[in-house]
Amino acid sequence: MIGGTVKVHNVSKNFGTTQVLKDIKLEINAGEFFSLLGPSGCGKTTLLRIIAGFEIPTSGDILLDNESVINKAPNERHVNTIFQNYALFPHLTVFENVAFSLRLKKIDKNIIKSRVAEYVNLVRLQEHINKYPAQLSGGQRQRVSIARALINEPRVLLLDEPLSALDAKLRQDLLMELDRIHDIIGITFIYVTHDQEEAMSVSDRIAVMQEGNLLQVGTPFEIYESPADMFVADFIGASNNIEGKVIEVTENRAYIETPDIGRITVDLDKKLKASDHIKVTLRPEKIHISKKAPSLDSPKWNCISGKVDQMVYTGSHTRFIIKTEHGRVFKTFKQHAQYFTDEEPIQWEDNVYMWWHADDSFIVEVNGNR
Amino acid sequence: MIKNYGQRYTFPIMVWLTVFFVIPFSIILVGSFLEKGLYGGFEPAFSIEAYKALMSDTMRKVTLNTIFISVATTVLTVLLALPTAYHIARSPYKEKLLFLVIIPFWTNFLIRIFAWIAVLGNNGLVNNFFVNIGIFNSPVQLLYNKWAIILIMIYTSLPFAILPLYAVIEKFDFSLLEAARDLGATKSQSMFKILIPLILPGISTAVLFTFIPAFGNFAIPDIVGGTDVRMLGNIINERLKTARNWPSAAAISMILTTISVVMVLLFNRIISSKERKIGGNI
Repeated sequence: MIGGTVKVHNVSKNFGTTQVLKDIKLEINAGEFFSLLGPSGCGKTTLLRIIAGFEIPTSGDILLDNESVINKAPNERHVNTIFQNYALFPHLTVFENVAFSLRLKKIDKNIIKSRVAEYVNLVRLQEHINKYPAQLSGGQRQRVSIARALINEPRVLLLDEPLSALDAKLRQDLLMELDRIHDIIGITFIYVTHDQEEAMSVSDRIAVMQEGNLLQVGTPFEIYESPADMFVADFIGASNNIEGKVIEVTENRAYIETPDIGRITVDLDKKLKASDHIKVTLRPEKIHISKKAPSLDSPKWNCISGKVDQMVYTGSHTRFIIKTEHGRVFKTFKQHAQYFTDEEPIQWEDNVYMWWHADDSFIVEVNGNR
Repeated sequence: MIKNYGQRYTFPIMVWLTVFFVIPFSIILVGSFLEKGLYGGFEPAFSIEAYKALMSDTMRKVTLNTIFISVATTVLTVLLALPTAYHIARSPYKEKLLFLVIIPFWTNFLIRIFAWIAVLGNNGLVNNFFVNIGIFNSPVQLLYNKWAIILIMIYTSLPFAILPLYAVIEKFDFSLLEAARDLGATKSQSMFKILIPLILPGISTAVLFTFIPAFGNFAIPDIVGGTDVRMLGNIINERLKTARNWPSAAAISMILTTISVVMVLLFNRIISSKERKIGGNI
């Protein structure tokens, strides 16, 4: 089965005098695992509820498979929702919950029985089919709600922070489960979350939202490596933000004068001219760190020094917070790829060198423009 | 060794029930099997006269009337109270609306019944209005029949039905209705398949709070029922005070209690067969 396409056409929504969605334009492809990502209050859940039909936008239109559904009630739209609090019917068993929509359609009892069994198997709840929701764990309840929604064979499945009420380990398991189900069923998933790791790990594309605006739409790679603005850079993963003024532009790179770490060089991700004011993001994993001064073979390397301010050992890697001479703080980490290293281990308050390649930073804003 | 503390804790309620329920009930039960005194009271001699006298056509008619009036009152009251309670629970002004429901309790019960006479009487508001605009030629008798009793009983019992219904609906998780709509249910299907089954305990409280007072009521039929329509409560009142036949009044009370209890048990059975095991909160 191939899922439906969703087009969000200039949708705005006001609650009283506050505008929670500002002219959102968005196209979601058939069969895509699409995430709406943003901090709480950014409007992502409202947008999802508008697609489901629980809210009516102040202006704009929603097209499902190129057909406007704005005047259709939720029960007339071929979309189904997974709710954050599961919204299972407590007076019905797992079987009856999953069978709910089929029974409304007055389908033959034997067909219902086999269809329900099929979907309960899909979410691996066979042995709980006669239990009531109160007898299930949180993860099991959410799986029931997934089966209950999918049995309708919706064109699009809407997931409203479906994992936020679960603990971290279970969240990971259920996320992989969702990914597996998406691969089997193949319909379009629209997934609302505030957890960037969740969104990154399963999505084909992500839309980052903030205060009712759509900041960037792209693949996880695009959003992480070339964020549209500083908010996206900070919200997705950790970021070291560097600001400075362009001194000189050569054929393939530029020299930047910064107030706190001196002169650095960057790749020309965007068009620059001398005296432009720019903002650059540098991801922690792009920074090399050592106690020994590196021998750098190309002028495209940047190297600065600092003192270890904090270090956190996490097993697979150690996270460092390094403070430069001018009090500027950098986040980085060192992977523990070997059991014994030839190098002397870095300790707290050690002086260290940090270096990175000009290609590995990314110019986010030029003169305040994206 | 586990000590049974439960019995110690329930001791006060046992005393309460004994003094205010078991003893009075026993007095009525025993009294119904005694002979009547000359000027009221009981003569200490065993007799089933009081029960024999119940086998009359009048008694049968009054009993059926009583059942009809109280069942009709209960059904109509709950049907009116349900949507009212639902809208109060979902309103942004619920405190103010609840306050309006409670305001009538500030006025004496009898005065409120007499107020209805001013509304429905031959010179009342309703008749004057319809005569003035020319729909009626002369006033229509609206009082002194079954329907007047039922109307006023609905009026007096509405708050007792609205409040328990409000209590359960207010706690209801409305996202369940959205889920039902999402799964293809129409508005009314989501109400009947999800809301109603989940608020059954509140409905059953509302039914009992309406049915029991209506069934034993005598003030309302006494004032607006006229001579035609009498309920069991009126007969008890009349046997006790006019006929001075205490054993007869006691026997009718026993019938009234028995029918009430049977009705309540029957109803509870219907409810509990529908009310599936939910097994705790979600």
